[in-house]
Amino acid sequence: MIPSPFEYVKVRSVDEALAALAEHGEDAKLLAGGHSLLPIMKLRLAIPTVLIDIGGIPGLSYVRVDGEQVAIGAGTRHYVLERDEVARTEVPLLPHVAGRVGDPQVRHRGTLGGTVAHSDPASDLPTALLALGGTVVLQGPQGRREVPVTEFWTGFFETAMSPEEMVVELRVPRTGSIGWGYEKFTRRENDWPIVAAAAVDGRVALANMAGMVVRATATEEALARGASIAEAAELADQGTSPGADMHADADYRRHLARLLTRRALEKAAGA
Amino acid sequence: MQVSITVNGRQRTDEVEPRLLLAHYLRDTCGLTATNIGCDSTSCGACTVLVDGLSVKSCTVLAASTDGGQVTTLEGLAGPDGELHPMQAAFRAEHGLQCGFCTPGMVMAAIGVLADNPDPTDREVREGLEGNLCRCTGYHNIVRAVRAAAQAGPAAGQVPQAQEVVQ
Ligand SMILES: Cc1cc2nc3c(=O)[nH]c(=O)nc-3n(C[C@H](O)[C@H](O)[C@H](O)COP(=O)(O)OP(=O)(O)OC[C@H]3O[C@@H](n4cnc5c(N)ncnc54)[C@H](O)[C@@H]3O)c2cc1C
Ligand code: FES
Ligand code: FES
Repeated sequence: MIPSPFEYVKVRSVDEALAALAEHGEDAKLLAGGHSLLPIMKLRLAIPTVLIDIGGIPGLSYVRVDGEQVAIGAGTRHYVLERDEVARTEVPLLPHVAGRVGDPQVRHRGTLGGTVAHSDPASDLPTALLALGGTVVLQGPQGRREVPVTEFWTGFFETAMSPEEMVVELRVPRTGSIGWGYEKFTRRENDWPIVAAAAVDGRVALANMAGMVVRATATEEALARGASIAEAAELADQGTSPGADMHADADYRRHLARLLTRRALEKAAGA
Repeated sequence: MQVSITVNGRQRTDEVEPRLLLAHYLRDTCGLTATNIGCDSTSCGACTVLVDGLSVKSCTVLAASTDGGQVTTLEGLAGPDGELHPMQAAFRAEHGLQCGFCTPGMVMAAIGVLADNPDPTDREVREGLEGNLCRCTGYHNIVRAVRAAAQAGPAAGQVPQAQEVVQ
């Protein structure tokens, strides 16, 4: 399987990337780790005529504390995030989840900005980011802007980002010693989640329960009212719209969402 | 477009199409056919090579993105006198292969595992090789081979070229 022909542009800075996006318009696509884009280009489900390779931009891979938040560069590859000491101390959910993405070869290529921008409803790191709260930092011709994660993923492969913008950073609250849990249900260790649940600080997010990653709002409200974990977790699938495929039908996904939410909340509570 | 890539320690410059995948570059442009293409969809790991010391599936990387980088394939492992790399020797001694189709990718991924963790447990080896499928061996002898290679010394997690294997 070979992608359709395209023009290849390697950029060395965010400004160069934005200029190339502006120049080539709708037919251009950014290429980061390529581990979502190249597979769909090989299947010819995507046929961009220009690829703008941002994989070599220096300075886009970092994890640093910034006030009450942790700032993570969009170019940070999954294996780097998995091992990062600052991340492990300040926001341990994220490096744990980074280590659950795919297999080592996938983690060597895939980037945080890529998985955030791609908006696959089954993706692990966006689920964790949605549970953490925080913002996606975008840069475009009009400068930088921050979009709360709760407003960023708008649908199946759709986001609040405009075609002239790119993701440059993710900002999440420092959770430190606050408990967290991540439960990912797969048939094989290296698979995408059939369903996954992330819990931290009274917030719960779910993978693969709708067209995009979603918060389990009814569960969160029940917890805030003082409901037990078991009671709150029973509401996890409320308001979701899971699909059916060869791995699971919608009812089974709803069951998994309730079960995994309970387990994630119990882990977060240290139970 | 032109790419300059150091393949198995030797720098070469080639004219390639931007859409050329690294696996095809290695097999067709460089004539290095140890790197197999199995699934062609990032699932089986048969096409695993090291790029700048990291294991990657070369069916899902552009040769263009590798411009200026270092690639190591199975052909780059043995010494100049044909002496097997410790990982190759261990696969042979422990019967870590049957048909051999998965082996080049398996060996490259295994070197990446030891580069990251020089003395892994059975479970850590299995997790480290989760991206590589073998339809013959049932994996037991592969795990044994990687453990044996680790016991043989740190060279099992390194490649002969003057390049670092990192994870
Ligand atoms: C075999 C396999 C298994 C996988 N398993 C999992 C899994 O278990 N869980 C999981 O969550 N993911 C999984 N993935 C996906 C993996 O995490 C991808 O790497 C990730 O989703 C995309 O990141 P990337 O850097 O490769 O992006 P790319 O493929 O380069 O890009 C993806 C999309 O995002 C755009 N883009 C990239 N970077 C930016 C940016 N900075 N700003 C704006 N747009 C950008 C691109 O234009 C493209 O549209 C798997 C992938 C493979 C191939
Ligand atoms: S051929 Fe590349 S992973 Fe199977
Ligand atoms: S030895 Fe035949 S596939 Fe592994």
